[in-house]
Amino acid sequence: MKHGYKKSFGIVLAVVVAALVVTVVDQRVKAAGEGSITGSVKLNGTAPHMKGIDMSKDPYCAQQHTSSPATLENVVVGANGGLHNVVLYISEGLSATAASAVPSDEPSFDQKGCMYTPHVMAVDANQKFKVTTSDQTTHNIHPLPAATSGNIGWNKSQPPGAPPIENSWKNQEIAIPVKCNIHPWMHGWHVVVKGPYAVTDDNGNFTIKNVPAGSYTVTAWQEDLGTQTAKVTVAGGQAAKADFTFKAK
Amino acid sequence: MNSRLPQMTYAAVIAGVFAFPALAQAQITEYQQDQWLHTAAITSHVGNVTGDGSGAEERYRRYCQVCHGKMGDGNGESAQWFEPPLYPKPRDFTLGVFKCRSTPTGTLPTDEDLYNTIGRGMDRSNMPPWNTFSEQTRADLVAWIKHYSPRWQTEKAGPPIEIPAEPEVTAERVKAGQEVYSRVQCWKCHGVTGNANGPSASTLTDDPGHPILPYNFHEGRPKCGNSDTELYKIFMTGLDGTPMPSFSDNIKPDEAWDLVFFLRTLQSYPSKAKEIAEQLHLKPLNPDGSLPK
Repeated sequence: MKHGYKKSFGIVLAVVVAALVVTVVDQRVKAAGEGSITGSVKLNGTAPHMKGIDMSKDPYCAQQHTSSPATLENVVVGANGGLHNVVLYISEGLSATAASAVPSDEPSFDQKGCMYTPHVMAVDANQKFKVTTSDQTTHNIHPLPAATSGNIGWNKSQPPGAPPIENSWKNQEIAIPVKCNIHPWMHGWHVVVKGPYAVTDDNGNFTIKNVPAGSYTVTAWQEDLGTQTAKVTVAGGQAAKADFTFKAK
Repeated sequence: MNSRLPQMTYAAVIAGVFAFPALAQAQITEYQQDQWLHTAAITSHVGNVTGDGSGAEERYRRYCQVCHGKMGDGNGESAQWFEPPLYPKPRDFTLGVFKCRSTPTGTLPTDEDLYNTIGRGMDRSNMPPWNTFSEQTRADLVAWIKHYSPRWQTEKAGPPIEIPAEPEVTAERVKAGQEVYSRVQCWKCHGVTGNANGPSASTLTDDPGHPILPYNFHEGRPKCGNSDTELYKIFMTGLDGTPMPSFSDNIKPDEAWDLVFFLRTLQSYPSKAKEIAEQLHLKPLNPDGSLPK
């Protein structure tokens, strides 16, 4: 009897140890398998003129831009023709598991100086995001998803000091325009993708992290210039390269 | 020329085949509608009355179709003559987005909300009150309207917002309501005196992009009704599809009643709140929206 107890305990211990080993090895394999896609997005040609914004209707908004006048942000070009606010996502080749994985971080979409910061926010389908306000004037946040997208629009006010609005989008949609009816110049985008994504920085550089090894089509989306695609192969743990060039209109 | 013609026909056919899935997604077919009409989702429940969509087809055709269109998309024969902002375009039922709701922004209205809209009509628009229809007819029409949007197949109506019992109107409450009007900046569109002349009033557009006017408290009734409870619902749920947002995150239920009482003082209609404001010599907000001294 005593012996039998020892024996079964031994079996249980062996199973637990085996399970632990498998989990650790599995995690290592995963970590080694996840690479990234890095590169830059450039504009070929002269950057279009971005019109200035007249905010005189709301003196608070106008006061926030006395040192440098506010302009539209449809095409923002940084150093060496790098394009800001381009969304990079994997449009083909992701496994269903990788496509449906939802990051745990929560991107913010802030209203600052009566502009949206960032102007373009990318999120995963079902990823939580926050809409915040840094302004001392009332805004209304009014995303307008397409009728056929399965995403449902809403319209909420955010007076000064209001708490953040937390929400998420159900389906992939590239892209949902967001506006403020009170300040008609305010215009931004929520780009809802599936799987890993990145948005270019001020100088057009990006890194899509957590990409499993494999062959993919990467799409670059720019609100005025449309989309570009590239074929990319990611080796386990390596950084693959992809550069994009949009032609100025 | 002759030899190229078949090629072009092939090209057109191929283009058509590829275009079809996109088209099928964007438009609702009569076949789909017919299917929806015979699902359990397309009945309505208003009080004790159960509405049956298929019973309403003839009435819809006779009374509603001329504006709202055969496919419920708001493109009836008469729609072309509606000139926003004075005459808003007919509602597009295929979107499943409605102004007058008791439910939070971004959710479907209850059957009762739609029923009330049919009977009430829309002030300052071409939508008359259909209050001569029997309860059964109105409930049937609600069910029929629901069959135009796929949203009713997959979603339920939102949970109606909770409205606490209406308190007694007092001078304190009227003044507190004015503070809310200033704080959440209703005046940005509706103006400091409620004349719909706020700084943002002239640039407002609805979701399809047509110009739209904010409610002028001195002209007519609000679009979604003029009872105290209806006023409460308007700013707490927002009028979806229009610039009017929901304020439920920023106005507490008790404050909402204060705001209702203050809104009464802006209207031309006599009310107890208006009498109180007159006794108080309540001054309007300053031109910048701040409270009067």
